[in-house]
Amino acid sequence: MTYRNPPTTPRKSATFDDYTLSEIRRAAATGIYDIRGAGAKRKLPHFDDLLFLGASISRYPLEGYRERCDTSVVLGSRHAKKPIELKIPITIAGMSFGSLSGPAKEALGRGATLSGTSTTTGDGGMTEEERGHSKTLVYQYLPSRYGMNPRDLRRADAIEVVVGQGAKPGGGGMLLGQKISDRVAEMRTLPKGIDQRSASRHPDWTGPDDLEIKILELREITDWEKPIYVKVGGARPYYDTALAVKAGADVVVVDGMQGGTAATQEVFIENVGQPTLACIRPAVQALQDLGMHRKVQLIVSGGIRNGADVAKALALGVDAVSIGTAALVALGDNDPRWEAEYNALGTTAGAYDDWHEGRDPAGITTQDPELMQRVDPIAAGRRLANYLKVMTLEAQTIARACGKNSLHNLEPEDLVALTIEAAAMAGVPLAGTNWIPGKNGF
Amino acid sequence: MPATTVSKALRDQSHARVFDLGEMSLRELNQALHKLTSGSNETAWEVLNPKGSHSVAVGVDQPISIDVRGSVGYYCGGMNDGGAITVHGSAGPGVGENMMSGSIVIKGDASQYAGATGRGGLLVIEGNASSRCGISMKGIDIVVHGNIGHMSAFMAQSGNLVVLGDAGDALGDSIYEARLFVRGKIGSLGADCIAKEMRPEHIELLQGLLDRAGVTGVKPSEFKRYGSARTLYNFNIDNADAY
Repeated sequence: MTYRNPPTTPRKSATFDDYTLSEIRRAAATGIYDIRGAGAKRKLPHFDDLLFLGASISRYPLEGYRERCDTSVVLGSRHAKKPIELKIPITIAGMSFGSLSGPAKEALGRGATLSGTSTTTGDGGMTEEERGHSKTLVYQYLPSRYGMNPRDLRRADAIEVVVGQGAKPGGGGMLLGQKISDRVAEMRTLPKGIDQRSASRHPDWTGPDDLEIKILELREITDWEKPIYVKVGGARPYYDTALAVKAGADVVVVDGMQGGTAATQEVFIENVGQPTLACIRPAVQALQDLGMHRKVQLIVSGGIRNGADVAKALALGVDAVSIGTAALVALGDNDPRWEAEYNALGTTAGAYDDWHEGRDPAGITTQDPELMQRVDPIAAGRRLANYLKVMTLEAQTIARACGKNSLHNLEPEDLVALTIEAAAMAGVPLAGTNWIPGKNGF
Repeated sequence: MPATTVSKALRDQSHARVFDLGEMSLRELNQALHKLTSGSNETAWEVLNPKGSHSVAVGVDQPISIDVRGSVGYYCGGMNDGGAITVHGSAGPGVGENMMSGSIVIKGDASQYAGATGRGGLLVIEGNASSRCGISMKGIDIVVHGNIGHMSAFMAQSGNLVVLGDAGDALGDSIYEARLFVRGKIGSLGADCIAKEMRPEHIELLQGLLDRAGVTGVKPSEFKRYGSARTLYNFNIDNADAY
């Protein structure tokens, strides 16, 4: 009898895993990089790597449901005659009409208004749906300037100068031709059916000194009434925050790597920028170094999911957070009820991200008239409001346990980190130690 | 003549409402302009001593005339919507940015990104313009008596850019549907920008623009037309060298 070596189990490369192999095959077959929406899908250091300490003897907790814990926040108190007052420190991030359907924009406005917070336009101009249904609306001033006009600037409650997004710092967008309906084409002053490229940089300013003068112009046009936000992708948060403050921003918005987008290259989403957690402390440090912490408000976005994330961001020094992807999920995005249709598109509920193709079964990231009818703006708005209220209650619960009568009284001392990486990024001690890696730098 | 003397002389001569930026603030000027409502009798304004101020007469939204006596800084006439603004001097960067309607005339030269993202109205630069003139224009008409710099009409979406002199490098790079008419030499054309036939409708269009801009002694037939080859309108890997 001949002896045969026992077979070994087939082993795939950790470097060339199944997803990587499929990407190589797809690129070879199509000759184009993968374009998709949403944010980074790789695992990144995040708020889950932080824990609250809660109160025992050294801290005294507040009674849940009985003792007040304030959630309100004022944004734009530095220069604007009419700062924004929100009931909760959770805002809705800018998402464009064009990327999103009209009913979805209306639902965002309804949900935000029910919750006492703001919603934000996007790279497509202001629609009546969102102005009409948003008590507080932030108007984005974007590099593409699609639909930009002084009438809408004056109809807005604040202006957000968008310099970058967390999903693609330094990158522009691409709205493929199949999503360009007559209405979208008219708003963007471009022919129907062409790929609409959004610029990566503002055409009429080229640096922080120009930005300062640009902000002056926007203030003059709007008679110094509106708060001016400056939004940057989370790349160099210390210096970008400092320069935004120098340029005169009332509010700085830092969008971390987990922030979503309508459509850009997968390789960009996954490889450019810094995790949201890594962006917060440098941005706060910049404000503190300039003596502007709490004078210029800081909003952070990118992967905020629940009240714990909100509380952790606030404890690290931000004034409010902003949500995009989570708000879309609350409206009904990637809902398993459409599983069969997601399967037909070659994906599954929870993983659908080809928003640029305009075939979203949930009717949210589409301009297809039949699909968008699936979004009931009233019901979807109510779901968003419910979700925002739950997040707020969750954050209040944690804050009370830490002895705080305001969410804004949460502080880094309330936190520890589970990993060295998170401890270093957030600037809080590793759990069980008093060690903050890199305490004297960042 | 000292500036204050000029100021007094103009006040005495003119029925216009005179605003002296040597004595009053930019905020007061713009606030006064924004307070105007339709039907106001204050239809003529003079701005004295601008001395390179930024954001002069931004956000005007009434059909008034504004004569600025001197040179201005950034963004003069920004987002103008109906005003007829004349700068009797030169203009800094971003003059007439995102103009909606009305007109802006610069008697001297203009710096970079003149008329950027403009959506309507007429911008006339009687001297030269710098780089990025008409960048991302979205319906504005721009007439430059002199030359324009590089990267002009970059990503220009719609509207018309008329240049009596020369254009710099990369003219009309990534242009969409805007029309470019250049009388002089061109440094180079940008990606997807090509020379196009001057058909009768273009001659007529150009003559109208020249007339509106007060250009005389120049024939439309002296110009060449440039526009998009439309090869980059939908992504194709075979065009990757153009990106």
